[in-house]
Amino acid sequence: MANTLNILLAGFGGQGILFAGKTIAYSGLLDGKELSWLPSYGPEMRGGTCNCSVVLSDESIGSPLVTTPDVLIAMNRPSLEKFVDKVVPGGTILVDSSMIDIKVERTDVNVYYVDATKIADENNMHSCAIIILVGKMFKELGFCSKEALDGAIQKVIPAKKAAMLELNQKALEIGQNA
Amino acid sequence: MAVVFEKPKALSDVPFHYCPGCTHGIVHRLVAEVLDELGVEGNTVGVASVGCSVFAYNYFNCDMVQAAHGRAPAVATGLKRALPDNVIFTYQGDGDLAAIGMAETVHAATRGENITVIFINNAIYGMTGGQMAPTSLPGQVTQTSPYGRDVKVAGYPIRVCELLSTLSGTALAQRVTVDSVAHVREAKKAIKKGFENQINKRGYSIIEVVSTCPTNWGLSPKEAVQWLRDNMLPYYPLGVYKDVTAEGGEN
Amino acid sequence: MAEKVLMKGNEALAEAAIQCGCKHYFGYPITPQTEVAAYMSKRLPKEGGVFLQAESEIAAVNMVLGATSAGVRAMTSSSSPGISLKSEGVSYIGGSDLPALIINVQRGGPGLGGIQPSQSDYWQATKALGHGDFQLFVLAPSTIQEMVDFVSLAYEVGEKYRVPAMILSDGMLGQMMEPVEFPQKKDEPIADKPWATNGHKNQRKKNIINSLYIQPEELENLIKERYERYAKIKEEEQRAEEFMCDDADIVVVAFGASSRVSRSAVMQARAEGIKAGLIRPITLWPFPDKTIEKHVGHTKDFLCVEMNMGQMVDDVRLVVSGRKPVSFFGRTGGVIPTPAEVLAEIKKLAGKEN
Repeated sequence: MANTLNILLAGFGGQGILFAGKTIAYSGLLDGKELSWLPSYGPEMRGGTCNCSVVLSDESIGSPLVTTPDVLIAMNRPSLEKFVDKVVPGGTILVDSSMIDIKVERTDVNVYYVDATKIADENNMHSCAIIILVGKMFKELGFCSKEALDGAIQKVIPAKKAAMLELNQKALEIGQNA
Repeated sequence: MAVVFEKPKALSDVPFHYCPGCTHGIVHRLVAEVLDELGVEGNTVGVASVGCSVFAYNYFNCDMVQAAHGRAPAVATGLKRALPDNVIFTYQGDGDLAAIGMAETVHAATRGENITVIFINNAIYGMTGGQMAPTSLPGQVTQTSPYGRDVKVAGYPIRVCELLSTLSGTALAQRVTVDSVAHVREAKKAIKKGFENQINKRGYSIIEVVSTCPTNWGLSPKEAVQWLRDNMLPYYPLGVYKDVTAEGGEN
Repeated sequence: MAEKVLMKGNEALAEAAIQCGCKHYFGYPITPQTEVAAYMSKRLPKEGGVFLQAESEIAAVNMVLGATSAGVRAMTSSSSPGISLKSEGVSYIGGSDLPALIINVQRGGPGLGGIQPSQSDYWQATKALGHGDFQLFVLAPSTIQEMVDFVSLAYEVGEKYRVPAMILSDGMLGQMMEPVEFPQKKDEPIADKPWATNGHKNQRKKNIINSLYIQPEELENLIKERYERYAKIKEEEQRAEEFMCDDADIVVVAFGASSRVSRSAVMQARAEGIKAGLIRPITLWPFPDKTIEKHVGHTKDFLCVEMNMGQMVDDVRLVVSGRKPVSFFGRTGGVIPTPAEVLAEIKKLAGKEN
């Protein structure tokens, strides 16, 4: 179980939570790992809160529902408040600090604050804030190979939305330099 | 020796269980004659419903499926979608078609499901012993309307052909009866047209046959025919309610 | 070997059905199974098949009855409240000896219940999915790969014995994605169906698909014949997975989604020195009593873990017959138990033993 990474992405609908989760999941697939991707579903997805559990592992995955994440990506304040205490000691929290005006008080976790939404807006990539955080997560945790991450972003963007590919690639890059 | 009258080939050689004076037998025969004349028995699958005609699967010589109460149009839909080049018909009574199976009926019609529906309207539930049907007439005494159908309590009877004629998927909606030789001939023409529509892929055809139920009406066969003329036909006028071939259009 | 792809359980199941020759799908929208219908609506027209959104769950299952009568592989899918509506048609399918496939992506009940994952339709699926003496062949997948693999198994077993088959999934498996691989397409034709009502072409006796038998003795004989087939299915088609059971003191019994959670808990228990194991019933009917029986002798405790108030536990207790204690832990209403909760139950039993 040491080689299992439980990731929880949380925010509200429209922030690309499920999309970012898929990107991480595909990177696991391309690395030949075991993985699972589980969205919250139902009425809550329509404009309300939204979260997504992703598990990457070297062995077959038990519960795909992440209740005690190793990594939390928080895209709004309610999500951070809801999950901050669930993160395992020694875990990682990535905070979109343009959306969240509070700080994490815990000292037993690694916290990274990135002005993701602001940076995305400045770069005309409005829906890509969370991908910036995925880039940051890659930089800090190296959860997959570089090839897998690059391949994943190509996999998750359908061919007919090719214009979005470049923006997302740029967002990943910005994140890796943040 | 010239044969002037014989059993249609599409009709099995078993005795009907129907009561004396019941018109199911005539209608069965008309359907079988039409299958013979069109030469489609080997290519036909019939769907029997629940009610007096439940044993129709024993009476027709084509392949038969027995459906749950009201679900014959859905079963026929499944058959037709799997076998688009076969001839699929349902044979349903008024309780089956217009009460418990009304949703299936309306939706099969509106989809223009390319099937033929033979609808026996005798204004009563026969098999269960004479209860009020969706087509029982105002004031009609039945086992479950012992003081006569009170429209303030039980509402009004449904005129199925009129209702279905409003749907774009309906190719033919025609009401006939079998109380006289002339009417029997007319009924057969309508049934034949209903099957030809299917062969020509025109969509949903329903032939409503205003029928008798002497046993549950508490009348002799002869009285039942007169009761049908006096009471049923004024409420359920015979005629063509929709016919895409007459309109010159194809569905 | 085919390439692994990432797919939602509902979509993977739908694709698997198409690949096993199911070209006729009839359904109705309901969360959390709607992706099956949506996927079918996108793919089937391009495969020369038929997707039809029915006017009701009742109509959908009867359309399946019709299409299956015609001899084709047909399917419908729904979630718990919709399955209740289908139960009439399922009973007719069982009574007519038809091998149709029905998918239940379970959510919380009773009534409208909730939309989150549940396993509270175990009783319905295995004991009484409709009126009358009859059974369905019921498979419980626990991975997206099994959502795929069990489709062909369900069709094959269903057609071999002429019984309806159900894949009893749940909202978690329906909604989640995992890597999945589609088996190479088999060239072997689908078994002949001499009973099909597809027009006798004046070349054979007419076929009748029917569930009505007015003479009690006739009906009884028919049901007895059907139960002989059921006995054969019980003998030959039981399936279960055993995980670390051979030396286990505590055997957890769980299927589907809750078996995944239980597996994590068993591994954690082992890491803490507790001899725990897991039996995962794959066929819920026939219930894998042979696998349970194998472990009654050496194990000290059975623990049933389910996402309901305790349904399969009845079947486990029937097999164990009082020889060993059988306890139960469950979450219901759409709550997925955590490995930690299951581990705590295992520890309670381990503590009791020491």
